[in-house]
Amino acid sequence: MQKEYKTIKEVSGPLLIVEGVEGVKYEELVDVELPDKSVRRGRVLEISEDKAVVQMFEDTRGISMQDSKARFLGRVMEVPVSGDMLGRVFDGAGKPKDEGGEIIPEERLNVNGNPINPYSRDYPNDFIQTGISTIDGLNTLVRGQKLPIFSGAGLPHNRIAAQIARQAKVVQVSPDGEVKSDKSEFAVVFGAMGITFEEAEYFTNEFRQTGAIERAVLYINLANDPVVERITLPRLALTTAEYLAYTKGMHVLVILTDMTNYCEALREVAAARKEVPGRRGYPGYLYTDLATIYERAGMIKNKKGSITQIPILTMPEDDKTHPIPDLTGYITEGQIMLSRALYKQGVMPPVDVLPCLSRLMPKGIGEGKTREDHSGVFNQLYAAYARGKEAKELAVILGEAALSEVDKQYVKFANEFENRYIRQGEYEDRDILTTLSIGWELFSILPRAELKRVKEEHIEKYLNK
Amino acid sequence: MKEATGIITKVSGPLVVASGMSGAKMYEVVKVSEHRLVGEIIRLDGDLAYIQVYEDTAGLGPGEPVYKTGLPLAVTLGPGLLTSFYDGIQRPLVELEEKSGAFISRGIDVTALDEKKKWKFEAVAKKGDQVKAGDVLGTVQETSLITHKILVPPHISEGEVNGIESGEFTIIEPVAVVGKEKITMAQRWAIRDPRPVREKLTPKRPLVTGQRVIDTFFPIAKGGAGCIPGPFGAGKTVIQHQLAKWADADVIIFIGCGERGNEMTDVLMEFPELKDPKTGKPLMERTVLIANTSNMPVAAREASVYTGITIAEYFRDMGYSVALMADSTSRWAEAMREISGRLEEMPGEEGYPAYLGSRTAAFYERAGIVKTLGQEDRQGSLTVVGAVSPPGGDLSEPVTQNTLRVTKVFWSLEATLAYRRHFPSINWLTSYSLYTDDLAGYFQAETAEDFTELRSSAMKILQQESELEEIVRLVGLDALSPKEQLVLETARALREDFLMQNAFDDIDTYTSLKKQYLMLKNILTFHESADAALQRGVKLVDIKALPVKEQISRSKETVEDQLSTLEKMTAEIRTSVSSLA
Repeated sequence: MQKEYKTIKEVSGPLLIVEGVEGVKYEELVDVELPDKSVRRGRVLEISEDKAVVQMFEDTRGISMQDSKARFLGRVMEVPVSGDMLGRVFDGAGKPKDEGGEIIPEERLNVNGNPINPYSRDYPNDFIQTGISTIDGLNTLVRGQKLPIFSGAGLPHNRIAAQIARQAKVVQVSPDGEVKSDKSEFAVVFGAMGITFEEAEYFTNEFRQTGAIERAVLYINLANDPVVERITLPRLALTTAEYLAYTKGMHVLVILTDMTNYCEALREVAAARKEVPGRRGYPGYLYTDLATIYERAGMIKNKKGSITQIPILTMPEDDKTHPIPDLTGYITEGQIMLSRALYKQGVMPPVDVLPCLSRLMPKGIGEGKTREDHSGVFNQLYAAYARGKEAKELAVILGEAALSEVDKQYVKFANEFENRYIRQGEYEDRDILTTLSIGWELFSILPRAELKRVKEEHIEKYLNK
Repeated sequence: MKEATGIITKVSGPLVVASGMSGAKMYEVVKVSEHRLVGEIIRLDGDLAYIQVYEDTAGLGPGEPVYKTGLPLAVTLGPGLLTSFYDGIQRPLVELEEKSGAFISRGIDVTALDEKKKWKFEAVAKKGDQVKAGDVLGTVQETSLITHKILVPPHISEGEVNGIESGEFTIIEPVAVVGKEKITMAQRWAIRDPRPVREKLTPKRPLVTGQRVIDTFFPIAKGGAGCIPGPFGAGKTVIQHQLAKWADADVIIFIGCGERGNEMTDVLMEFPELKDPKTGKPLMERTVLIANTSNMPVAAREASVYTGITIAEYFRDMGYSVALMADSTSRWAEAMREISGRLEEMPGEEGYPAYLGSRTAAFYERAGIVKTLGQEDRQGSLTVVGAVSPPGGDLSEPVTQNTLRVTKVFWSLEATLAYRRHFPSINWLTSYSLYTDDLAGYFQAETAEDFTELRSSAMKILQQESELEEIVRLVGLDALSPKEQLVLETARALREDFLMQNAFDDIDTYTSLKKQYLMLKNILTFHESADAALQRGVKLVDIKALPVKEQISRSKETVEDQLSTLEKMTAEIRTSVSSLA
């Protein structure tokens, strides 16, 4: 028999304090019944003798100290999971948001999960094709990686995320130059925290129209939904992903947007609890907390599935040293940066190639994965674009006439690179071989002697072919 | 016995408060709730004990029991440590996988060392010997690289060997009796207590790493402490791996503290494949890995550096030279901050506890070169290299600053160098080593008298370069005198042909001190001769066109047993430059 307590003693922001409780556990779920019989859910954040601090997932408006009742449910937060979740939309509490009705759970899992034993992990080295040249060619994503997109307010990260979700697949490149999709099961788990109604509409429509929803699970928390749900939402999404990956053997791509809203929510709750703040008012455990989300990406030895994460975050003031992008960068394996300058020039997707990085790339490319010239092409493109951009800057100061002949060619290269390699249609799905050959086409702009980073034999084989 | 219990009164994240704990000691280990989660007492207040729990506390609540053990958090030391992978509180990851699968669940009890395996113990001491703490009782060939010495434990100050036997024993069977005490090969040691030594000595010898920028310019002493701060993407990990591979230490302890899971997996998968360059045996045979990834419980992360350094001290006490890498100590500091926040302590800078400085200092002070306990004159050393991950690459943050205050070597990694593909991306202008003077004698004896002189003139040229570059940026290269242009040319040679070193090239990955000296000598001889030639009126273009210049830049490729070619080159450089008219 569950006990009900009418001893709510304090309501402060999203927190309740219930006194005189017995046998309550840390992280236990709580239902609070309002005078109008509606029920709201929360969880125990701290328990001290007979006093429980409860964090409400929903609004605390209307909760009164006299007539509201708190019921402790005797279990920690669990998410019901099932293979039937594919194609469905849920809210931040895990309730269906579409017309599909409740799901019949095959299992109930603790949302916090357990850390993967580093010894049991398998090192990620299988190429995922996103169909976007700047990612596939220069910042290759591999199965089990966590690769965030660092964006800014007003940049089109949502469209890029939708494009990745639509196009991502595991492919096999055969030696005779054919790209075959791998038959293995692929799924997308999409977690949206604090996004606007329009953004949410955009994503759901995008998924529905392209049929991608058939293999996707969507968790959506809108900007006006309870803040606290943003804290549980990524955990629901990842628990679902783990179930699909390790129980159902699927390769799951998890897209989380926008992690900045998540961190804000965390700060809000920390402040309500009067915790000692760390940098910029974020709680001192922000790193650990983010790690418990990001580190759930990975592959496990002897298990078929994998979890790949693409968290998206908007950098406040485009500042990379802000705690959110900074701590994220320390946990994730690289980052994709978006550039406001490119976006203003109308280049889509505006990926700022130079500061991007994929740490796991070297093991995911090359012969047998993509093509033998991939790493050379990558280095050459990177170096040539860097030099071209430098030359462009120089031209701004000294005038174009001051550039040497070679530098002028590099300028031309950089422009063409932005126009043909970076720029790509929103529905243009380039396979990896197309991406590589665009690279080779661009090399023909440069004098052959400048192509020092690609092997001679590859120049023979691919240049001007 | 252990049924002496307290009762949980409060749970807040990894912090649990229990009442009825009078008689408990600070830093005593307790088992929390029926799950028997491992915890450690970090504050006592009346009969309340504040416990940091090393496992997930979800589902715990007031009223549940807390079992005292009366023991401090300790590690088990004995044969079997080498080649192991541990988590932050010395639970072997391999056994954890066997017991709980790929995900680490709670309350799993595994022993740190295999208690069933038999080791071949060879007695060294004889019955009737008078022994003191630290004396060798016998040895075990633990791996083909390391002979494990079984020492008289520090708590037995003196006694007579009343029985000792060679043979096959497990680590929990007694192998000797000293006084009345039975000695087993395994012993426990509290991780927060430094192991005692007879005497600490001043470091006089470098830890040779084969990395040119480190050995020549910013050497670290055996028994010294160093700090590598670097923003993400600057190549910290590669440098740590290079040190683990090439440093002339006998035993390597590698602590992955709060870092990426996949990166740790890379280490766990790669290290067993790496060969010790000197012996050709697997590197793991002299390595202990401690992996506590960022999503593993935060309290265990706090403990992991102590677990590592205690194991390191244990090998130091056998007379080995031990190198310990901790990646990254920032995560350790953050774990302290998190626990401190839960204890509602008054924060210092940026929310870090006020004792961050003293804890950091105490940790690095456990490094050192020492005379170990025991009657035999034995020296062991423990070198500590801590990586720091400053947020936003900002070195003014408290963890970096507190670390710099106690470490004498600072290798400043820079992302801009990494972007320019200059590796190792150690900035030569901002890094420093306070050991250079102490170690000068050794370097001169190993290489040549003029080693320190060469080093300072090379440094001077690099310094000049940075000043000249400012001018070039403003008014162009042509505004410089030929002499100054030569400085730029030499500085470029120093950077590209000496400081840059390719970790993935078979020959370039390691450079002996002798070769480092010769490479430096040749670059500077060229500079000197060229300088003289310029004064005679020779044009700089002609000097730059000399074929010997090309040879200098290829010195990297010289194999270690053909160093005589580099020696000959010095003379060649002189003659070919002076032949220019």
